[in-house]
Amino acid sequence: MALVRHMTISAVLLGLFAVIGTAMVAIIYGATEERIAANERAFLLKSLHILITPGQHDNDLFNDVITVQDKELLGTTKPVRVYRARRDKQPVAAIINAVAPDGYSGSIELLVAIRYDATLAGVRVVKHKETPGLGDAIDASKSDWVLSFNDRSLANPDKKGWAVKRDGGIFDQFTGATISPRAVVNAVHRSLLYFNEHRDELFDKPSMPIEGHA
Amino acid sequence: MTQQSYRHVINEGLWNNNPALVQILGLCPLLAVSNTVINSLGLGLATTLTLVASNATVSLIRRWVRPDIRIPVFVLIIASVVTVIELAMNAWFHELYLILGIFIPLIVTNCTIIARAESFASKNALMPSIIDGLFMGIGFMAVLVVLGAMRELIGFGTLLSHADLMFGEIGKSLTLQPWEQYRGYLLAILPPGAFMGLGFIIAIKNVIDNRRARKLQKVVTAQPELA
Repeated sequence: MALVRHMTISAVLLGLFAVIGTAMVAIIYGATEERIAANERAFLLKSLHILITPGQHDNDLFNDVITVQDKELLGTTKPVRVYRARRDKQPVAAIINAVAPDGYSGSIELLVAIRYDATLAGVRVVKHKETPGLGDAIDASKSDWVLSFNDRSLANPDKKGWAVKRDGGIFDQFTGATISPRAVVNAVHRSLLYFNEHRDELFDKPSMPIEGHA
Repeated sequence: MTQQSYRHVINEGLWNNNPALVQILGLCPLLAVSNTVINSLGLGLATTLTLVASNATVSLIRRWVRPDIRIPVFVLIIASVVTVIELAMNAWFHELYLILGIFIPLIVTNCTIIARAESFASKNALMPSIIDGLFMGIGFMAVLVVLGAMRELIGFGTLLSHADLMFGEIGKSLTLQPWEQYRGYLLAILPPGAFMGLGFIIAIKNVIDNRRARKLQKVVTAQPELA
């Protein structure tokens, strides 16, 4: 019987510590939840506003968002977010959170901003694991390469031009790194194709704030 | 506890029993995050905070925790402390959190913390346990920062880049770039650079220790002649 008693006391003690630990985490979670959400929102808006300046739209980018799915063109089987910028209720641009699945070290996550007239407002790499010093030049903080997409469209350059120079296209690759820029160029091209096929649908779909977001 | 034993605890943490150089614990975060000074500093501070908080808690409850459940209780405490720190960091240092984010939960796997809980805090009073946690943490952070400085300087040719993530706008002026036009040396930034860097630091510590020991030996062997 002594053994059972001993075990019971141990179990109760362990349970008690679990409750105290969980309570502590819950309290801190409650205290920081709002601030963390505000941080995430501010951070996202900051990256969206690099592509579409605050003066170009007057809607709430953060809440005018839909998710779409297209494994072929958007590079992932998961839902992809599309933020819509409007001014006086007229569509200005869509920012597609596309993925380049074929980076040198895993997928590269992009924000591709496409104006309503199907020209590129800009592209930014938001998440990547490319080799530092070589492939990471796709990152705007490392080089200006990604700016070479500005104002491009499906017609400029033509289909053959949408590739890195080594593949006969017009976009630079980097010394010692072709795979990363190739992945980004192809992903941007596919996003443009997607936009071309679904433009009106993209802007007309009612906004659907995503769970765990906002 | 006497002042002398406090000094002993401090010495152990910073040098004689340094968690990174002597106990070789917590290698996973140590090697993964030490590619720049600011990353090192961020993870070092978070680890130190965790060590102090977990040592303090473990010491306070040491009389109630039975030996047979002590390990799960320590794990529970450490996991809660780390989660709290992760949330706090996300709230107040959001951009640094985005960089270090995936490594913060890894602090749970840093054996230094459970090792200190088990071998020190569970046997000592509150104050010495806090001191032990603090200086073990500082010892760990010092190695992280030195390794981070070596790798950043060799790998990127800068020091303290992205300091603004931690210190706000003033941080931008803290970044040093000793050489113009330095193209960087990739190996230092990649994981092998971390292993080599840590190897060098351990070797240097051993050289210093050996010199000291030899000096001490000379004094000891010289004594009989004097007598």
